[in-house]
Amino acid sequence: MTARRSTPLTIAMLAVLAYFLLPLFWLVVASTKSTQDLFTTFGLWFSRAPQLVHNVRATVTYDDGVFLRWLLNTLLYAVGSAVGAALLATAAGYGFAKFRFRGSGAAFNLVLGAIMVPTTALAIPTYLLFAKVELVNTPWAIILPSLVSPFGLYLMRIYAQDAVPDSLIEAARIDGAGELRIFVRIALRLLAPGLVTVVLFTLVATWNNYFLPLIMLNDPELYPVTVGLAAWYSQSVSGGAGANTDLIAFVLTGSTLSVVPLVVAFLLLQRYWQSGLAAGGVKQ
Amino acid sequence: MSATTATARRRRGVRNGPAGPLFVAPFMALFVLLFLAPLGYAAYLSLYRTRLIGGTAFAGLRNYATAVSDPLLLRGVLRMAAFFVVQVPVMLVLALLFALALDSGLLRLARVVRLGIFAPYAVPSVVATLMWGYLYGPDYGPFAQLSRDVGVPVPQFLGRDWVLGSLANVVTWEFVGYNMIILYAALRSVPPDLYEAAAVDGAGAWRIAWSVKLPALRPALLLTLVFSVIGSFQLFNEPQLLQPLAPTVIDSAYTPNLYAYTLAFTGQNVNYAAAVSFLLGLVIVIVSYAVLLTANRRRAA
Repeated sequence: MTARRSTPLTIAMLAVLAYFLLPLFWLVVASTKSTQDLFTTFGLWFSRAPQLVHNVRATVTYDDGVFLRWLLNTLLYAVGSAVGAALLATAAGYGFAKFRFRGSGAAFNLVLGAIMVPTTALAIPTYLLFAKVELVNTPWAIILPSLVSPFGLYLMRIYAQDAVPDSLIEAARIDGAGELRIFVRIALRLLAPGLVTVVLFTLVATWNNYFLPLIMLNDPELYPVTVGLAAWYSQSVSGGAGANTDLIAFVLTGSTLSVVPLVVAFLLLQRYWQSGLAAGGVKQ
Repeated sequence: MSATTATARRRRGVRNGPAGPLFVAPFMALFVLLFLAPLGYAAYLSLYRTRLIGGTAFAGLRNYATAVSDPLLLRGVLRMAAFFVVQVPVMLVLALLFALALDSGLLRLARVVRLGIFAPYAVPSVVATLMWGYLYGPDYGPFAQLSRDVGVPVPQFLGRDWVLGSLANVVTWEFVGYNMIILYAALRSVPPDLYEAAAVDGAGAWRIAWSVKLPALRPALLLTLVFSVIGSFQLFNEPQLLQPLAPTVIDSAYTPNLYAYTLAFTGQNVNYAAAVSFLLGLVIVIVSYAVLLTANRRRAA
């Protein structure tokens, strides 16, 4: 808009930026330190003997490499949920946007009402139900509940409305293409940016999920990274003889390791989450 | 889109047939199984009561009667209401200011600033909380180190007086960037000729922000507000993880969600936990709608 830049405003925003980035910088610095250096050296700068590689190796080999297992579990849960949820939401969003059938309005409004229902208020009831059908303590206990994304459906319906022109569908029908073929060959391609957005959001939500796996899983072999790190953490602070101070370094290094992939994914896929947030925020 | 063009489009392009329901069916089937069924099961469970002798017995609404007069639950709800009233406005005003600053075009390094403020959103809340827990720590947290060097008393971030503020800081750190991006995206979609028209009429930067940008942001602000309501009333991760650091301050009923969790998994009182979960969901839905209705009424007036 204007070519004029404001130096005071820039300085103020850089100060703001420091508040958001310094904690992460501290975390990275902390994961290069020995447990002793953590206590004796200043937190916001490196110690004389940085040992990031040593810490990483110790973290991923501790307890038979359970940390790598947790990372893999997280990846499995996050990718499985995200791809499944996005495909379901895309198909249903397309169905609601481009077809009118008995009960479609009511069904859509029912899902829309569900956006307001908090996921954690639903988690305990879901646990009780899954306990009845013996789904607890399995990967399905994490993936299945994450497959239903009311907000994803809402987003994809809005997106499908404009992204897939009715005339294009009509033309394909005249050419004799079946509805499924039209969806897979034509609509899906046009819906791809919206689909990636939903993938990204479900991915983050599942990657960050703590409450659901905490209550659903007992077996440490099935933990995602979040629950695993929290378990290490509570062992490291539980006072008295049971406290294991070595674990502090593992918690810090493990935290750094688990943050890096998401930050990288977000930086690479900027275009998608920005357009998705725009669609959700602007047209409501 | 106006109502008339919507109907016209419906008549022309949209067609009836079995394909529509088939596209929608997989989602709806899972929605019923994984959303409505747990809700229904919770409602059912909440109507029963486990007794020491004689197993489970129908209790009607007695669990709910107990819940609404349960001092532990009420204290948690009031605490979250206080949290909501202070933390959410602070977070949204900050997000709004940052979005306006980014949109003003006056900033150098705007891209770096935008991505940096948003970065905490990519950090799992578990990691964010553990990290802030260490930062708050009285031993090797940098704040404690600095205050020892300067010779002032070490701040007790997790003491009784500060802990709610410390929790609010963690949540604010996590979500300002997310809200900022939503608002920023909404600002970018305002047609630039609106600004030009306002500038021609002699409006300055502040005047344009107040009279042109803020009204355009209303839907996006409403969205962030509703998400914040939902988020703050179901606060769980942050207090649960900070509990070992402040066991005397953060009790097992510190937030309603933590209380429901304790009831179900430590107290083994699933019937009462179901009633509490159900009530909590109800409170959130009611507050969300109240926020939406007030905002809409203000617009109409």
